[in-house]
Amino acid sequence: MLNRRTITLNVNGEAHELEVEPRHLLADALREGLGLTGTHIGCEHGVCGACTILLDGESIRSCLLLAVQAEGHEITTVEGLGDSNHLNFLQQKFREHHALQCGFCTPGMLMTATELLNQRTSLTERDIRDALSGNLCRCTGYDHIIAAISEAIAETSGAGP
Amino acid sequence: MTFEVMRPKYVGARVQRKEDPRLLSGSGRYAADVQPTRALHVAILRSDYAHALIRSINLDLARAMPGVIDVIDGEALASELKPLYATSRMTGYKPTALWPLARDRVRYVGEPVVAVVATDRYLAEDARAAIQIEYAALPAVTDANLSLTAQSDFLHPEHGSNLLVSRNFSRGNIEQAISEAFRVVSGQYRFTRTTPVAIEPRAYTAEWDRRLARLTLHSATQAPGIIRDALAEVLELNGPSIRVLAADVGGGFGGKVSLYPEEVIVCFLAQKLTRSVKYVSDRQEDLISTTQAFDQTVKAEMALDSSGRILGIRASILGDAGAYSIYPWTAALEPMQIAGFLPGPYQVPSYEADVQVVATNKTPSGPYRGVGRPGACFILERLIDKAAKEFGIDPLEFRRKNLVQPDQFPYKTGSGIVWDKSGFIECLDLAAEVIDYTTLKDNRDAAKAAGRWFGIGIASYAELTGLGSRMSAAPGMPINTGTESASVEIDATGSVIATFGTASIGQGLETTLAQIVADEIGVRPEDVTIVHGDSAAITHSTGSYASRSTVLAGGAAHKAGKEVREKLLKAAGFLMDCELLELEIEDGVVRQPATNKVLSFKDIGRAVYSEMGRFPLALRQELDLRATSFYDPEFGTTTSATHIATVDIDPETFEVRVLRYVAAEDCGRVINPQIVEGQVQGGVAQGIGVALMEEVIHDPQGQIFTASLVDYLVPSAAEVPSIEAVHLEAFAAGTIGGYRGMGEGGTIGAPAAVANAIADALSHLNIDITELPATPERLFRLVTTANQEKA
Repeated sequence: MLNRRTITLNVNGEAHELEVEPRHLLADALREGLGLTGTHIGCEHGVCGACTILLDGESIRSCLLLAVQAEGHEITTVEGLGDSNHLNFLQQKFREHHALQCGFCTPGMLMTATELLNQRTSLTERDIRDALSGNLCRCTGYDHIIAAISEAIAETSGAGP
Repeated sequence: MTFEVMRPKYVGARVQRKEDPRLLSGSGRYAADVQPTRALHVAILRSDYAHALIRSINLDLARAMPGVIDVIDGEALASELKPLYATSRMTGYKPTALWPLARDRVRYVGEPVVAVVATDRYLAEDARAAIQIEYAALPAVTDANLSLTAQSDFLHPEHGSNLLVSRNFSRGNIEQAISEAFRVVSGQYRFTRTTPVAIEPRAYTAEWDRRLARLTLHSATQAPGIIRDALAEVLELNGPSIRVLAADVGGGFGGKVSLYPEEVIVCFLAQKLTRSVKYVSDRQEDLISTTQAFDQTVKAEMALDSSGRILGIRASILGDAGAYSIYPWTAALEPMQIAGFLPGPYQVPSYEADVQVVATNKTPSGPYRGVGRPGACFILERLIDKAAKEFGIDPLEFRRKNLVQPDQFPYKTGSGIVWDKSGFIECLDLAAEVIDYTTLKDNRDAAKAAGRWFGIGIASYAELTGLGSRMSAAPGMPINTGTESASVEIDATGSVIATFGTASIGQGLETTLAQIVADEIGVRPEDVTIVHGDSAAITHSTGSYASRSTVLAGGAAHKAGKEVREKLLKAAGFLMDCELLELEIEDGVVRQPATNKVLSFKDIGRAVYSEMGRFPLALRQELDLRATSFYDPEFGTTTSATHIATVDIDPETFEVRVLRYVAAEDCGRVINPQIVEGQVQGGVAQGIGVALMEEVIHDPQGQIFTASLVDYLVPSAAEVPSIEAVHLEAFAAGTIGGYRGMGEGGTIGAPAAVANAIADALSHLNIDITELPATPERLFRLVTTANQEKA
């Protein structure tokens, strides 16, 4: 049970060595092991999307991956976007549109939206709603989130919907 | 005394939220984010039985597991602390003993039985699996009607029945109203059980301060003040020995406003072990142990005269409280609110309501956004639509005719609630205008003629918000929820700090309260530091719930802010050697326009606190730049709204799609339009969940079928339509600042509006929607039965 091993996780461009058990979830390793508590755990069964991170640029649930499986991959968490004094473009859009209330789902929303933004394709509102359907928000009713992401995509994809 | 801000600069403006930079960058601090040095982790073993006697508990194997520090059960706790009771002055109410861990008997699946403490959470959960408990199953009751008539196997045998509350309200002569009525419409309505589902599961970290030998509980709570006071009572501590901090809370919605067993457990263990102790629930635990809501059956009838005017309403309400009467709100809270708000915003001369609340072997129920009013609104608005149909009057016109008219305020309702002047009819008209009701009806008729199941639903409601000390938040509750305080100060560096007892649960109070203080004092909102969510920062507070924070804390902020401004001007006037009336304050600078002399807050702060020699001795004795004010609005104020929804039902899958949604509300003066819009939209989305998909389901043995987010569905971006929130301010509210509460309204109106739209879409089959959520399965059954009856 207490078989522990040392792994290296590449998170937000930095390599971190940490000791984990093979059964430790990546979300727990990020939060407890590295102190990156911006990745939130909302359900531990892959439904709510609060723990969404990017693994080699693709959005994944960090509650459905073991820490040991993430070795050798590039991980991006919300802390890899802008910090509180230097919000990035997408974070600013969220702020301008009041796309967050309690903020608990927000890191997951931002990571899913970052992936969408990186695809640099124009998307309709329906497309964005479907793409976000794996990230639950209980506060906003989603309108402001959709508005923030739509505007961010429209301003970066170079083409209107 | 008037509290008009002479030239509001920030109140009313779309100020960007102060909370956002930390929350957007992953720098928030939720209770599970706190990582004290050498913290221990708790896993809770919960009952698998809905009702059973505990025969024996064997903890030996668990104690021997790796990393385990301690394992405690109910008996171990009982020798160390007192149980808590949610008391009430209400006659005939029976409280239940609340122990953090079950003693002798378990009463619902999910009830905490044993707590394991280990060096990490994985090890604590390993040890939990090694606990051996022998139960003797008892018959479980999960149906409120069966619970009411049960003759044995009571949940709380000392009461001799399962009945916890029995009350009757009446006003006017309902018998006469019904016997003389031209028409009576009636129905039996069922509002099924739901659960709040904040995306942050409940979490508690008790941090032990070795130096001071005292506790800080980082809690996912809406009510740090209530929790501090309750823990001080249970653990027999004085106030300073227990500090409750709720820095950031990941959504509350009422699910985080009661005292939970785990809060007591982590504090007890931290004290006992003199170590920090942390508990973070997983989603399954949250779904089975966070207080649930609704679960009432209501029989209601409405008497009408020949012109379609309401003569009276009679209702009998049976509420299912679950296993315990929770602290501090009691089992009476929600069913009594239904009785209180069932007459709604209409003229109802005669009213009678019977309320009975029973215990069952289900998770305890508690407040959920809207508390009772979503159910009351659903029932009333269904009756209104049925009556309108009987009389052949358009539902909008029927409402206009029966709503309390502008010249009738203040209006005392059948349940004794008094509505102050609010835009009942104005909201109805605005919603109709925004959605273009006339054209919409034509479109609906054309769609129906083409075979589509398309419908329009209207819901009007009123709610009392910002309750003061003369209106109890829960019936007969012994704690005062009628006040909040504000402490405003300018410190020696010239910085403005404002301290409140509220909590940051997503509603943007750090921003809106800063806007108020900024206007009162003459600084920018970004220069006001808001401190809240900290029981040690305030003398007394009960927190954020019941649409009260802006009205009460905002009112207090006006009072304290004004006092500090006067003190600031007094000091500045002396320093600048001029009359106070000659001075202006803007953006943190005091200016004398005639001479163009200026003093910054920094200059004044330094003078007052560090260079007091500049003031005469008499002034020195009294001069500071701080004030604390409490605000009690006495009764509270009325918020009103009308919602209009359109739905399309797929005749093959029976899926309901909400196409358009307009909510027109009067919440008084708006502090921040963007925040108001967000509150309405979020509330409506939750109400759509109640209408279409959210339901906690138990089997007859009390096992819960909806213990994951795969089984308990909450709306995602794909199911929620764009929600148009429009605001009007029909009449000035009597509260300081003119604010009315508005955190819950969206959830109150949406279940009714969507239910009415569904009934309208199925009007060709004459289907009544009496039970929510209107899942595809329920609609399929209704349509199939209606078709069989037709054939």
